[in-house]
Amino acid sequence: MSRLKNIKENDLLPEREFTPDNVELFFYNAVLWNAHRIHYDFPYATEVEGYPGLVIAGPQLGDWLTQTAIEWLADDGKLVSVEYSNRKASYIGETLRSGGKVSSVNVENGEVELELYIMNEADEVITPGSATVRFATA
Amino acid sequence: MSALLTSELLSHIGDTGPVKEEVVTRRDIRKYSIATGQRLRKFLDGDEAPPMFHVSLFWDVVELDQLSPDGVSIDGLLPKFPLEKAMAGGLKIDYYQSIFPGDILTANRTLTDIYEKQGSKGPIIFYEVIMEVKNKAGEPVLTEKTTRLLR
Repeated sequence: MSRLKNIKENDLLPEREFTPDNVELFFYNAVLWNAHRIHYDFPYATEVEGYPGLVIAGPQLGDWLTQTAIEWLADDGKLVSVEYSNRKASYIGETLRSGGKVSSVNVENGEVELELYIMNEADEVITPGSATVRFATA
Repeated sequence: MSALLTSELLSHIGDTGPVKEEVVTRRDIRKYSIATGQRLRKFLDGDEAPPMFHVSLFWDVVELDQLSPDGVSIDGLLPKFPLEKAMAGGLKIDYYQSIFPGDILTANRTLTDIYEKQGSKGPIIFYEVIMEVKNKAGEPVLTEKTTRLLR
């Protein structure tokens, strides 16, 4: 039986903490072939670009946001769309937190809208986003 | 018209890049999944690609002399902008099919918009690129709209 009937507006999605280190940031940018110096060249990032540290890649935050939705969805449906924006930078050494909540449920077509976030240690939403998932209605 | 965005610059809206074709491998899926801290076994084992795997699949593989001093690859789809400091923006992705090892995918990119806003530290140029990813049968796999910022 579909999980859909038990899902309600404002249900919370499980939170997850991320404390990315240099190795994880290196792996991510290597797998993309992304050589932007702000992600691995500390003197460049701080002295030339003026950042306080090495910058977490924007789409890496987007991926973590997406994982919030698909881990909650599990094998009970499909991801239809995801959207996010990188509003504030984050840096190696910070602990970030992903999470979200159900913003609407459509029992007719099985679609559930999710509001998602990545927050920093100051509880600022640095990457807000949203996703639509579709549950099986049968 | 803003001071930064000339009519010549805006004339590039609608430009398209070369179609890229890539083969999805289990190895590449596994590397991406580990790098992004995936926890679902199907991703870590490379049986299926995580939703944002295509970002790595279609990131330009550029040669060293194609990098600007900050290490950013020069995107041939884009005109020369009067602001050059690249900042991350955001993505919107619509999904139609999952991606699996062995899939042969094509990506077609179009520059769909250029506009300017005033930020707290000065002007910011935004541009939007839409990438359509299709499978070998020509069926849509996903559509991604990227918004990037330059200041």
